[in-house]
Formats: sequence, structure tokens, C-alpha cells
Amino acid sequence: MTARTARPIRGTAAAALATTLALTAAACSNPDGSGSGGSAARDSVVVGIAYEPETLSPLLGYGKDGNSKVFDGLLAFGPDMRLRPALATALPEVSPDGLTYTYRLREGVTFSDGKPFGAKDVVFTYRTILDKRTNNPSKTELDALKDVRAVGDDTVVFTLKYPYAAFAQRTVLAIAPEHVAARQDVNSGPFTTKPVGTGPYVLTGWSKGEKLTFTANPRYWGGEPKVKKLTMAVVKDDDVRATRLRSGDLDGAILPPNLAKGFKNDPGRKTYAATTYDYRTVTLPTHNKVTGDTAVRRALDVAVDRQAMVDQILEGAGKPAYGPVPTGSEWFTQGTERRHDLAAAKRILDEAGWKPGPDGVRVKNGVRAAFPLWYVSGDKLRQDHALAYASDAKKAGIEITTQAGTWEVIEPRMKHDAVLAGGGSPGDPDFDQYLLLRSTLAGDGFNNMAWYANPAVDQALEAGRKSNDKAARKAAYDTVQRELVKNPGYTFLTHIDHVYVVSDRWDGLSTQIEPHDHGLAAGPWWNVEDWTPKDAAK
Amino acid sequence: MARMAGRRALAAVPVLLVVTFGVFAVAAASPFDPVKAYAGTAGLTASQENLDQLRANLGADQPLVPRWWDWTTSALTGDLGDSSVMRQPVADVIAERIGWSVLLAATAFAVAVLLGTVLGVLAARRPGGAFDRGATAVAYTLEAAPAFWLGLLAIWVFALKLGVLPAGGLTDTASDTVTFGQVAGHLVLPALVLGLSQLPWFLLYVRQGVADALEEDPVRGARARGLSERTVLVGHALRSGLLPVLTLVGSRVPELITGALLVETVFSWPGIAAATVTAATSVDFPLLAALTVLATAAVLLGNLLSDLLYGLADPRVGFHG
Repeated sequence: MTARTARPIRGTAAAALATTLALTAAACSNPDGSGSGGSAARDSVVVGIAYEPETLSPLLGYGKDGNSKVFDGLLAFGPDMRLRPALATALPEVSPDGLTYTYRLREGVTFSDGKPFGAKDVVFTYRTILDKRTNNPSKTELDALKDVRAVGDDTVVFTLKYPYAAFAQRTVLAIAPEHVAARQDVNSGPFTTKPVGTGPYVLTGWSKGEKLTFTANPRYWGGEPKVKKLTMAVVKDDDVRATRLRSGDLDGAILPPNLAKGFKNDPGRKTYAATTYDYRTVTLPTHNKVTGDTAVRRALDVAVDRQAMVDQILEGAGKPAYGPVPTGSEWFTQGTERRHDLAAAKRILDEAGWKPGPDGVRVKNGVRAAFPLWYVSGDKLRQDHALAYASDAKKAGIEITTQAGTWEVIEPRMKHDAVLAGGGSPGDPDFDQYLLLRSTLAGDGFNNMAWYANPAVDQALEAGRKSNDKAARKAAYDTVQRELVKNPGYTFLTHIDHVYVVSDRWDGLSTQIEPHDHGLAAGPWWNVEDWTPKDAAK
Repeated sequence: MARMAGRRALAAVPVLLVVTFGVFAVAAASPFDPVKAYAGTAGLTASQENLDQLRANLGADQPLVPRWWDWTTSALTGDLGDSSVMRQPVADVIAERIGWSVLLAATAFAVAVLLGTVLGVLAARRPGGAFDRGATAVAYTLEAAPAFWLGLLAIWVFALKLGVLPAGGLTDTASDTVTFGQVAGHLVLPALVLGLSQLPWFLLYVRQGVADALEEDPVRGARARGLSERTVLVGHALRSGLLPVLTLVGSRVPELITGALLVETVFSWPGIAAATVTAATSVDFPLLAALTVLATAAVLLGNLLSDLLYGLADPRVGFHG
């Protein structure tokens, strides 16, 4: 019997003994770390994470970016975000028109319940996600997909509505077993909390708000992992996570840079900084008289001191950002970096007719160069970015009023007010740039929040997603990034490193290039199935 | 006695109906959007079409009254609906968590009642004495201290500084089985904190009740007859002095529920109160309504219980109402 099913029964029994318990419990208590089941066991890993998934069902969005521990996708991302086969035997065959993707499936793979995996599971997973009745909020990512069908038991063919070069990257999405998930309510059935997959680990318990526990899957097609037990403790508070890491309760945790600093000289622990696509940006809405002016946008773009933000707000754990593509990426256009240049900013504003008014704020045709900038309340990092941005802008004669609010307050104002936004998904340059910059997506949910409209960019974005030729794609995204220099619809500020501290007891640790989301599998434990205990031979 | 219980049960029906309707009305008027809460970060890249579809699937586009009516009628047939935020049926959410909340609340309540009575009687023996002044001062301080602050303080002292008790959760982090010893150890701090936050009321009531009783004629008579101090205290003063405490037992239930809400959050206790917070901020109508019904029922039962106890303890009161 698992811990979960035992709980209500034990709970009731224990309630009857409540009084005795309270008085004798102190005697039974087991201080952290000294227990026999403690984290000191060599083949068990306990990590502290800040966010908990809402669901563990791939049909509702879990594991859509790969690396889900319990599930596998047809493909998977390697350490450098290059695609490699997982449940497929090779990368897909793409038809010359870019509309058909054919995958051959690995043979002999079984789900953790012992039932075989086959093409029907792939077809079931994708069709269910596309179904209107399925409450999957990430459905939009499969917008290009028209249909998926099985050819025999070992081949799956995807047909697209339009050529979409980034489609293969979407097929890292986790595959659910039809024989389990098809028999229950997709949106609320037991599968959403008790998943069955083909992945390296099997979920053994999920105490919501507290932790998720996994054991190694002995049937895993990639070989049974050496780390037999994996626990992910949900600890929302940064300070508590750091304390529990120090006390030995956790083996590893994600930490903000300032708290990670305290572990730097600890010989038993190592610090990992994962480079990311996680950007912070300021939207400059086209419909605002001030931010809609290209001169103001360009002035802000050079008035802002990105390096100072990296040094002071991020304590060095990050990089200046000039667009959604990080400077370290192969898709970044060299030469589009903007140096901090206050004099140039003032010159641009002067030439465009924004003259300093009596209070130091520039004015043009009776319009003051002032606008509000919103950030989500409670997000310290965004608040710091917003304040630094406002202070840089002030030096150039632009007055920015920072205001905190929830998304419910911010959303109706996005068309006219600036917002300190964040995002970023690695994998393909189309993922971020299309959603941020395509004019037809202006005001569509949270896409293109700045209502950016630039025909040259629109054209390049379409060219970039439709061609399968890498050189042509690179040229298209170069155009986008150069256009952003001439007419920035956003001021990109930083790309933020995610910092992790982990006990130095295993070999094989590395980090992947990470997205904005802190998923379960982001962090050095992205490949925990490949770790080996140090000194294992001894 | 049975008639009183029956009358109260009948009166509870309209109360529960009004309360659930109130929950639906307040939630509908709140600025939180259930679709955004459901989608989470995925909502930030979802298309408007996708979000609209979600809204329709979740029933979030329905007006207030039909939603409430649908929920109420299906709840009467035993179907509490699905919780959108937990992605599972409401009945499962409650079944998984309520045992832990009851355990925590019952332990805390026992701590508060027992400790409060003992300390109250001791303080009443010599009103104005050193023990009385000390206990009263502590009680007033505890009364003013919020439960979550006590919780953080307890974590700081016992988990961080002394390292003798776990800081949170139901079991050790690395353990995935729920054992009696583990739960007992993890229960100490949250139960003590919740119990201490309830302690002042019991202590002060008992102290006052017993001190007053010690001044009454029967007690003075007993003393005059030369009975031992012990017999006077336990046999005479305590019996009449405890009457107000019985009323208190029922009326503390709402406080216990709100206190548990904070304590469970501070100690990552996987109980029902923590789910209530999530349900409220996510505008999860079915879960929120079910939890509110539970809390209301607990309060009504608490009141009924204290009236019954009072009636039993003091025959002059009887069972009316």
C-alpha cells in the first residue's frame, strides 16, 4: 500500500490518539538528518524546488518541454539543447514541403505498469491534447498540428497545417499511456495525480504542497538509474530552502544568487549557474503616445545600463539582454549589442524634438515624456529591474512611475501602460520571437503585449518558421534582431542565470539551458538518471 | 435534548444554503480570474482562443446563479464536482486532507483545554498571587500574538537553533512512507502552536470562573465546615467554575479553523486549511464551496455541542432553542 492510500485511514486512527500523541510525541521525534531514511543514503537524492506542478498529466501540460522524469517524449533535449531521439529511434523524417513528420518508434519499451508502449499511445496523447474538451492551457504550442496517425505499431506520422520548422522541438512532449488515461476523465481523473509513464522514475507519492517522491524505474529502456530514490521537496520560501539545505535536510536546491553566495566556500557543496533563456523585459506599447514613439524607444534602449543590473540586481549571475535570444546562443546576431550610452540617448531625444521641460522631464507637442511601468507585486526581482530602469530613464529626461499590481490589475492596462514582463523558452528561436513580435498576435492573451507591428519583422518571422534550411532561418532571425535595434518594441534588460547548490556526492552533474519556468526537471537534476554516486567502486 | 438537536439541524439547512451562495457571490465578485489561475504560467503564452475554450470548459463563463444552483443540486446527490486547481474530484481532495486537519485541530484543542484548565485553576487559587499574575500576563501576550508569528518563532527556536524538532511537513523529507513516529514528531510544533494560540481564552475563563466560585456561599460554607482545600477546589469550585468553559468549547471552533489555516501554511501541513487558501485565490468554486460548507457545519456543531454540554452540566439551563 502506498503512503497516499494509507493516509485517511491512518489519519482517523491517529486522531483518536491525539491527546496521548501530543504528550508523548517529543520522545518519538527524529531530528533532521540523523534518521536511517535520511538524505545521507548514497543512492537517494533530496532536492528543494520552489514551484510545484499543478498536475502530472502530460495531457494537461506536464512535461511539454521534455525532461519530465516520469515520462518520455518522442525526442529529448541534450545538455546543449540539441534534439536527440528518446521514444523515437531517430530524428524525424521531414517531407520536402515541411508538412509531414515521420517518426519510427523504439521497440520493446514498456510503461511502468508493464504494458507495452506503441504508436497508439503517441496518437492518443496528441489527439487528446488537441481535443477542445481537454483543459490544456498549452494547446497553442501545437497550433501547427493538423493530424497525427499511426502506421502500423512502430511508426507515427504528423501532418501540419503550415510548414513549421520548430515542430520537431515540440515533440519532446511527454507521452501518456492510452490504456490508463483513456479510461478516465482527462481533466480530473486519478491519472492527473498518479501518472504512469515510460520514464526513468516512477512516482511513489505526492503530498501536495509538501513533496513528490520517486523511485528508479527498473524497466526503464535507458537502463535503471543509479540514483534509486529521488525526492522533490516543495519549499516556496527562499530562506527556508537555504536553511534546510544547510541543515542537511536537502541535498540540493535552487537559490537566489545572494543566498547561494553563502555556500561558495563550502567544500561539501558545489554551486551551479545554469544559463537560461529567462529574460526580463519592459514592454513599450505602441498605443501609448510616449512609448509608441520610435525615438523614445531607441533612447531608452541605450539609456539603460544593463551591465549594472546584472552586477547589482543579479549579483553577476546573468547577462545583458538585447532581445529574447541570449547573447550566448547560436541564433544571436552578433553586432546587435547596445552599449550603455546616455549621451546618445539624449541626442536621439533632442533630434526627435523631445525638449527638456521646466521640471527636467522632456516634452514634445505638449506631451510629457512620462509613462507608468507595472510589475507583478511580490516579485522582488522584477521590482528591482523596474526601479533601476526608471532611474536610468530619468537621467535621459523620461519619467517612469513604477507601480505594483496583480495580473488582474495589469492585464486591462497592457495596451497603454508598460509592463515589466518575463519569459523565455529555449529550443527554437521561433518560440519566443513569434509570440512577442508578430503583429497579428497583438493583444492576443499575453502574446505581443507591446502591440508591436513591423512589416519587415512579420515577414522575417514567417520566413523563419516556414523554412527548414538552417542558413535561411538564421538570416531571417538576423533580420528580426537588426530591426529590433532600429525600432525596439521592448527594452530587453537581462537574461537571468538560475543558481543551484548541490552536495558534491555524485558524478555526472551538469546543467541544461533553462526556460523561464522553473519546472521540476530544470536544474542540475535534469539528468539525475545519469548520475553515479562518487566513490561507488570503493 | 434530541428535539433541540433536530431543530438545530433543520435550521442549519437555510444557513448552509445562504453561506454557499455567499461564497459563490463573493468569489464571482473577486478580481481573480479562474482561467488565469488554472492556466498558470502557460496562460502567458496561450492564445485568446485557447483561453476562451478553457473558460467554457471550466464553466467560468456561466452566470452566478445557475452555477450555484448546479453545484448545490449535484452536491445534494453526492457529487461535489471537480476541483479545477487540484485537477481531481473535490471529494478526493477532502478525503486526502481532512484526517490530517482533524488530527492537528483535535490535538491542539486538547492541549488548550487541558493546559488552560490546569493553569487556570492554579491561578485562581490565589488571585493576585505571583503565579496568577505571571500566568495572566502570559495569557494576554499569547492572546495578542498571531498564530503564524508563534509558528515562525517556534521554527526558529526548535528547528533552527536547537535542532530538536522538524520545521515542517508530515514526515521527514527523505521518507516516503507515513509512520506513526514520524507523524507524531512532526505534529508537536504545529499542534503546540495552534494549542497555545487558543490557550489564553481557556486559562482566563477558568481562572475567572473558579475564582468567582471560591467566593460563593457554598464554597465558603464548605470551607467553614473544615473540608480540605483540595475537596473544596475540585468538588465545589471547579464544578461551577467550569460552566463558562463549556460555552467556550463551542465558540472557539471558528477560531480554531482560522488558526489552523495559518499554522498549516507555516508548517507545510498537508491539511484541508492549506487547500482552502489555494481554492480561494484560484476561484475554485466547487472546492471553495465544499470547504465552506464543512467549516460552517463545524461551527454549527460546535455551538450545538457546547449548548448540550451546558444543559447536561447545569440542569437549570435545560434544552431549548
